[in-house]
Amino acid sequence: MPELIEKLAFYWEFPFVRYAVIVAVLVSLCSSLLGVTLVLKRYSYIGDGLSHVAFGALAIASVLKLSNNTMLVLPVTIAVAILLLCTGKTTRIKGDAAIAMVSVGALAVGYLLMNIFSTSANISGDVCTTLFGSTSILTLKVEEVYLCVVLSSVVFLLFVLFYHKIFAITFDENFAQVTGVNTMAFNLLIASIVAVIIVLAMNLVGALLVSALVVFPALSAMRVFKSFFSVTVAAAIISVLCSLIGIVVAILAGTPVGSTIVAADIVAFFLFYLIGVSRSRGA
Amino acid sequence: MNELIPLITCRQLTLGYGNKDIVRDLDYDVNVGDYLCIIGRNGSGKTTFLRGISGLLSPKSGSIELREGLKRSEIGLLPQMTIVQKDFPASVEEIVLSAFQGKHGLLPFYGRARRERAMECMALTRTESLRKSCFRELSGGQKQRVLLARALCAAERLLLLDEPVTGLDPESAETMYRVIKDLHKNGMTVVMVTHDVDAALDDATRVMNFDQISVKGK
Repeated sequence: MPELIEKLAFYWEFPFVRYAVIVAVLVSLCSSLLGVTLVLKRYSYIGDGLSHVAFGALAIASVLKLSNNTMLVLPVTIAVAILLLCTGKTTRIKGDAAIAMVSVGALAVGYLLMNIFSTSANISGDVCTTLFGSTSILTLKVEEVYLCVVLSSVVFLLFVLFYHKIFAITFDENFAQVTGVNTMAFNLLIASIVAVIIVLAMNLVGALLVSALVVFPALSAMRVFKSFFSVTVAAAIISVLCSLIGIVVAILAGTPVGSTIVAADIVAFFLFYLIGVSRSRGA
Repeated sequence: MNELIPLITCRQLTLGYGNKDIVRDLDYDVNVGDYLCIIGRNGSGKTTFLRGISGLLSPKSGSIELREGLKRSEIGLLPQMTIVQKDFPASVEEIVLSAFQGKHGLLPFYGRARRERAMECMALTRTESLRKSCFRELSGGQKQRVLLARALCAAERLLLLDEPVTGLDPESAETMYRVIKDLHKNGMTVVMVTHDVDAALDDATRVMNFDQISVKGK
């Protein structure tokens, strides 16, 4: 045990490890907050769809050799999020089909572009990194960390400020609209926040695993907790703990960070599932 | 009855989805103090009309006007329950309080007056003992009463009800009707879509029958 702590202390000396931990905590906090709403609104898959869009946008950004990829990726993802979340009722192509279409489309086009205009010798390595985030969390630049801190603080503040509105809209959008809540504006807000979280989370776990961060903590918390508030708080705590555990294990065992974090989330889900089952049996 | 003061006026109202008109050229007034029951077969346009006057569905043509200074934030709605709500992890109190969001501005917390009003509404619907319970673990009738409590919190002048007794046992249904009747006595304007014609004729001051309307009002 002391050796373990020593080893961790040794790693903690490196700035890139500290950056990784900061980003992991912030991103997992934000994604779990919105995750509760998305899961309950039956939009669990939106995270996946958007992350593929972000992947496509990233491919375009690297083809254009932009110095700061986020400047392109973020607006594109926000635009698509708004399209998917806010036109759901009126369009002819319904929610899940639209998400499926956009997500595989963006994935294919992204990969295609990366291949045609390849900028490095190791395309499959690049693609793998973007999809599974194998090392990107450990290669963050200081600016990226700052950007992440700013964006997550904004997301967190907006969520706290509009918590009750978000609850009202999640539980019953029609009722909220009838009683005078501007549901359109809040849906736009939720869609934009989701897009920001997805883009941030891509660094952490990669494009393919993003939805795990959104979905698992919320589902785990819902097994056991019974009010919206407790579910939200629990999801946030679960998510942050799993990410920390995931990073520590990944560093010690040399496993890929993203998938280790998701594995921790899966374990947590089964734990909470069992607690939920045993509680309902006991009661 | 004294003279009629219209609270909502519909003129030449056409409502529908896509190319299909469900309500056509309807002229109708909901008056202050009405207990209006809307009856009719499935698909006759009852719920569509309710969605129209609640503002969820914009008219294809014609107009719906809120009169007498009625604001959206003074309307309460008891909608039909959705699948999402049936297993929603939220406490009864959270749900009832969420009724105030329309009048609430951007404050991130509820004041004492709001909390007291919520308690009153829960008392009226006999749900105060469920305050801390989880919505998804309640029975159908309890859920419906919680949603009524929420509607009451929002309703200051107009209460819209979409089949409020669906899936309730006779006893719960009777409680529901009694609560609604009391509210009406205390000055609330009530518009209710229902299949339960007998009950409708017992309490209602007006009945709108979408089977015969072939869409002429009044």
